[in-house]
Amino acid sequence: MISFELVKPIVNVRNMTQMVAENMMRPVSRYYDDHEHEIPWDYINFMHDASQQMGGAFVTDEEEKKEEKPEKKKYPPVGYQRLAHMAEMLSWGDTGLYLCSPVGLLGAAAVSATGTPEQKKRFLSRFSGEKPVFDGMAMTEPHAGSEMPSQTRTTAVLDGDEWVLNGEKIFVTAGHKSLIDSDGFIVVWATIDPEAGRAGVRPFVVEAGTPGCTVPNVEHKLGIRASDTATVLLQDCRIPFGNILGSPEIEKKTKKGFKGAMATFDASRPLVAASALGIARAALDFLKEILKEEGITLRSGLPRSRMTNLEREVIDMEVMLRSAWLLVLKACWMMDNKKPNNLEASMSKVRAGDVVVKITQRAVELLGTIGYSKEHLLEKWFRDAKINDLYEGTGQINRLIVARRILDYTRHELS
Amino acid sequence: MSSFEPTEEQAMLVDAVKRYSSNDLRPAAHDADEEREFAFDLLEKGWELGILQASIPEEYGGFGDHSAVTGVLAAEELGWGDIAGGLAVMAPAAYVIPILLGGTEEQKKNLILPVIEAEWKPYVAAFNEPQFDFYAGEMSTTAQLEGENYVLNGEKVRVPFADKAESILVFANLDGKTQAFIVSPDAEGLQVGEREALLGIQALPTYSVRFENVTVPFEARLGGEEGFDPELVFASSNVAAAALGVGLSRGAYEYARDYAKEREAFGGPIAQKQSIAFMLAEMAIEIEAIRLLVWEAAWKLDEGKEDASHAAYVALTGASDMAMMVTDRAVQILGGYGYIREYPVELWMRNGRGIPTFPGLVSV
Repeated sequence: MISFELVKPIVNVRNMTQMVAENMMRPVSRYYDDHEHEIPWDYINFMHDASQQMGGAFVTDEEEKKEEKPEKKKYPPVGYQRLAHMAEMLSWGDTGLYLCSPVGLLGAAAVSATGTPEQKKRFLSRFSGEKPVFDGMAMTEPHAGSEMPSQTRTTAVLDGDEWVLNGEKIFVTAGHKSLIDSDGFIVVWATIDPEAGRAGVRPFVVEAGTPGCTVPNVEHKLGIRASDTATVLLQDCRIPFGNILGSPEIEKKTKKGFKGAMATFDASRPLVAASALGIARAALDFLKEILKEEGITLRSGLPRSRMTNLEREVIDMEVMLRSAWLLVLKACWMMDNKKPNNLEASMSKVRAGDVVVKITQRAVELLGTIGYSKEHLLEKWFRDAKINDLYEGTGQINRLIVARRILDYTRHELS
Repeated sequence: MSSFEPTEEQAMLVDAVKRYSSNDLRPAAHDADEEREFAFDLLEKGWELGILQASIPEEYGGFGDHSAVTGVLAAEELGWGDIAGGLAVMAPAAYVIPILLGGTEEQKKNLILPVIEAEWKPYVAAFNEPQFDFYAGEMSTTAQLEGENYVLNGEKVRVPFADKAESILVFANLDGKTQAFIVSPDAEGLQVGEREALLGIQALPTYSVRFENVTVPFEARLGGEEGFDPELVFASSNVAAAALGVGLSRGAYEYARDYAKEREAFGGPIAQKQSIAFMLAEMAIEIEAIRLLVWEAAWKLDEGKEDASHAAYVALTGASDMAMMVTDRAVQILGGYGYIREYPVELWMRNGRGIPTFPGLVSV
């Protein structure tokens, strides 16, 4: 039955994260934007404690949890939907801080999507430790972003029972926190067979403190400044054989294709989209709040010819925001119900990237001198927004994925 | 809990409507538009699907529970087939649904049954008005209580089948509030004008209707002495029109997509060019996003959520823009052929522009 009712676990996570957003994030939002790369330990420690109370990593193996607590079966699986609500709400608070959450984000998503049960247990249990840890995903290289899979120069060579990694990864979100500031890990995508192109690319877990893995640089960015964006250098970096994600038997063959990364993106793109829409909602809420303070009421139900320009703008924003959010929910619902969601994941990402950029840009414009001022956070959201149309696949790459899906074309037929 | 899966009954109804739309409505659409008429048999066949009847409780002669969600699922399929056809088949819904939502028990018992138990008959609503900035909440057509009667004055447009209507549900402004009245087409002072010529939906015969001191009895007011809350009726109408728009857009998008895979230029199908492929991708995303918006609004209506009316309005706004965006692009992708009436896309573009004016013609 078609329904949009929120189940209790989701209502709970929304309430909890809303409190965090209002009390732990908004008050320090400006400070951490002004102090790029200063680590928000207060927020991190609070989130660490909160996530411990909620049972550790937010990305976990749903089935395993159920085995432990059979009484939880009264709800259908909502793990990814819950994560989407959490990402949306925390990004409504502050998306830069959200990206510093020690709860298992993109790296954990990769482990969750491609790891064996043993690997999931081993790597995700870190988030249940005494101290907060972070995770990241290392894909982009200086010469190749979206084209990384086929053009990767990062290599993994098997030497005895160890993989030896060499290469340079850039734009690793929370890379510094994962490798230097905590006992976290990153998932590095490297090729085990450079001749095989994208088919040779595999995910590897590189843990903090591994010799040969360094973080020589963090970027200075337009927005999401609380979150570090790191360069990761791998120089004869040796990791255990078992750190290759997935079943080793299959991984020895190189013809199987680049499925792991795709599975990861199917899980992570809707969550990035959810986070984008948190910023969009923050901007729209702020716009409405200022209009209300000015005594401007926004009427509903009128034809366009009777609306003020502001009413038109706001209703268009509501259409964009809500419809984009429903795409996110559907993509996550499919994930939760083990339905293939590659198309829907990219759809939600395209739409959310567009929507957050448009809404923040329009809101700054409509609010004139207020919108442009650093007295308020809106200008920051304008800057934070744009990353969502870039990371986890640009809007263009995701359009390409959608187009191939709907047209039933291969990469060679449509590039 | 969140779910995006229709029930089995809904899926069965959707399948039946789908078959009707692709086997009957779609093949008839072009000629019907040119000839400005549908064959009665076609309407009757669509009527027999029981879309409206499935939304009427047994006590009033139907065989289901009122569900806006079921309604929008069916409306989308009709919109895919042909909007004019969908509006024609469902014209009686714009008469019956307001009665179901706002009528007194007696009105529901007496007025619904004759419509739904018989073959398709033109029980219709008179809702829209000629002013460019027509707003359902502030109608120019007035109703005034005079003694034991209401007296109606004003002009309505876009009244389907007004020339042979069995009965007309007339919406009018009563002391600043939109209310509705059951009016016999034979009433004195009621004058059906010329058949309208429109940009689109040409196969749907619509008329202007004038009311000059048309007097109806006290009992003709929907909801009796208390009247009814028009917001729910507007909302049901808004999501219905929006759902037709989703179906129309899906049809245009699918046609353009298939065409782009066939049509070759510069050594290959034009769908293999990003300029075309990205247009199609954006159309597909837009349609899916707005479809969910319509579903949610319909669900809110069914659940009696406080913001259901606003959600329905938001859905209609989104669907109106989507329909224009998608149908315009469909024409663009077909290039010169898009402009030729032998191909269906120019009709869809003309129909698409009408979505914001279709509420009142249809309801779920």
